[in-house]
Amino acid sequence: MRTLIWPCPAADGSDREFALTAGPQDAQPVLIVPALFEEANRTRRLMAQTMRALAAQGIASVMPDLPGCNESLAPLECQDVASWRAAMAAAALHFGASRGLSLRGGAILAPPGLPGWWLEPLGGAAALRHLVRARIVAAKEAGQPEKSDDLLAQGRRSGLELAGYRLSAAMVRDLEGSHLPGPGPGVAILALADLGGSALWLRSEPGEDADMAEALAATIARGII
Amino acid sequence: MSEDKAISAIDTDALLRAILHDVLGLDPAQVARFGPDTGLFGSLPELDSMAVAGLLTEMEDRLGIVIDDDEVDGELLETYGNLLAFAQAKRT
Repeated sequence: MRTLIWPCPAADGSDREFALTAGPQDAQPVLIVPALFEEANRTRRLMAQTMRALAAQGIASVMPDLPGCNESLAPLECQDVASWRAAMAAAALHFGASRGLSLRGGAILAPPGLPGWWLEPLGGAAALRHLVRARIVAAKEAGQPEKSDDLLAQGRRSGLELAGYRLSAAMVRDLEGSHLPGPGPGVAILALADLGGSALWLRSEPGEDADMAEALAATIARGII
Repeated sequence: MSEDKAISAIDTDALLRAILHDVLGLDPAQVARFGPDTGLFGSLPELDSMAVAGLLTEMEDRLGIVIDDDEVDGELLETYGNLLAFAQAKRT
């Protein structure tokens, strides 16, 4: 497994982004679009294990950072759904991806026309609601209750910090308007029940599930070979 | 209680335990031992505000209910019994 830097034409940020890659360097990789925000951290180990399992079967994969997340040098508050979509489309082109695997909220960023899989996809509005809810629960616990309507109005106007992520006003508006589209041709939706295992993306503590990673890699391998 | 309602009550209990297992990553045996008085928020270190948000969202998805933010308070999440009673009332 290697990290590499690739020329990402990101708006308002660095033009270089990091990606994690595994498997043969001369093969067309599977592009892995990460889950959004906290769910990306919770699923990073699952994805790394899946990438290793794919590599063991001779399948290349690459997982770019979303600009503003992980090792990215670009500021998160300059990003919106459009800049993330552009980055993932550019990554598909740059790496010559043959397939895509999008996790959860990553499904709204999947490059159009790229066949592959969406794992337990989630719309942007649902992802945003989840973050707003976490903030409301924490505020209530701290004795300073906030209302979701007020927070969202503030977010649309001037951005919002949710779970430690500084979201731009454009990001808040984009997420609110990003409902899950129907999967395009050649895109299969994978449910947790198809793979077995547990919903690691929901966990409050990071976990791992090697069997699930193997099952996910096997599903992808069957679709490619 | 009619037969349908009795089945639905058992169903809600099982679904809620499955959600707690998934969200909190608890051992299934531990979740199976949860009783009406088992403490949740404040008692389980895994249940922080982010996990509460995940729990509520999963309850909406899997139990087919809608939870208003105003309904979420310390009492609701204080014990397993309170949370289950809330979920069952929402489903009837």
